[in-house]
Amino acid sequence: MSAATRAFRAALPTCTPIITSFLALGISCGLLVTVNGLPFWYAPLMSVVIFGGSLEFVTITMLVGTFAPLETIVIAFMVQARHIFYGIAMLGRYDIRDWKRTYLIYSLCDETFSINRTVDAPEGVDRNWFMFAVSLLNQLSWILGTTIGAVVGMLIPWDLSGLGFVMTALFVVILLENMLKDRRPLSAVIGFASAVVCLVLFGSGSFLLPTLVLMVVLLLVFRGPVQEGFR
Amino acid sequence: MMSPVEQILVIVICGIVTLLTRFLPFVVFGREGEVSPRVSYLGRALPAALFAMLVVYCLKDVDFLGGVHGLPEIVSIAFIVVVHLKWRNMLLSLVGGVAFYLVVGQLLTLLP
Repeated sequence: MSAATRAFRAALPTCTPIITSFLALGISCGLLVTVNGLPFWYAPLMSVVIFGGSLEFVTITMLVGTFAPLETIVIAFMVQARHIFYGIAMLGRYDIRDWKRTYLIYSLCDETFSINRTVDAPEGVDRNWFMFAVSLLNQLSWILGTTIGAVVGMLIPWDLSGLGFVMTALFVVILLENMLKDRRPLSAVIGFASAVVCLVLFGSGSFLLPTLVLMVVLLLVFRGPVQEGFR
Repeated sequence: MMSPVEQILVIVICGIVTLLTRFLPFVVFGREGEVSPRVSYLGRALPAALFAMLVVYCLKDVDFLGGVHGLPEIVSIAFIVVVHLKWRNMLLSLVGGVAFYLVVGQLLTLLP
């Protein structure tokens, strides 16, 4: 058995929970693509070009809006900025001289980070191949899920627009998980208040940029109390 | 409505920004890196604020003043919060939440 085969066999059971949730989430993400009237191949395209679940959901809503490149850049950066911290945490583990390094860094999403940061390759399995297998299995299940969802959304004749609520549900759950990390989730309150104020002031078409600015300013101003609420 | 070229451009922009955030630490720091306390504070505090904003973003076109006053959304979000706090299972919360929303939405259209 080659080093690669051994690594994939070892990685599969480790990744199974993530593969399952990537298939399910991917299907809902793909459904949203075609339900919104976008071509089905945008789903696999985004899963390769972006490969970041939250941003792909947000991108779908941007694709049905008006073309605003600057806003796209800022929002994409804010949604993805946490990857910078994953990268910093992985500097040591990904410090390898191997062709796989480029792929490992490109595909470092939340879930892959959580495994490759904490799980070590089992005895007798090559470390680099193991991390590579984890990353690839996760991404392949995401690509498969979004593609299935997009094709299904194209074939189903009845109105599925209520499914758009899956995105709200997803963000509510992620928000909740983030709030549970704190004793007092003041940063969530700041984000919510900034968004509501800017929505009222600027209208639904152009409130994201001002919200992001206001949010960062408020977080810096109230740094003391916010940090006290951290667990 | 965007042209297909503009749409592809949006996807590519999001892709490039994502690549940037993933490769930046490896390009900037050779090995173990130092981050300023303010940056690491923002890294810890931003996600919750950001997802709160995205929830508002999802609800931006809901009419809270007229119609059914956003009742299906409010009740469904409350349902998701309760289900998630009870079981802490993401898939269950999502599937349950969307199913609940679809049913409540249908029921409310039956009201006089």
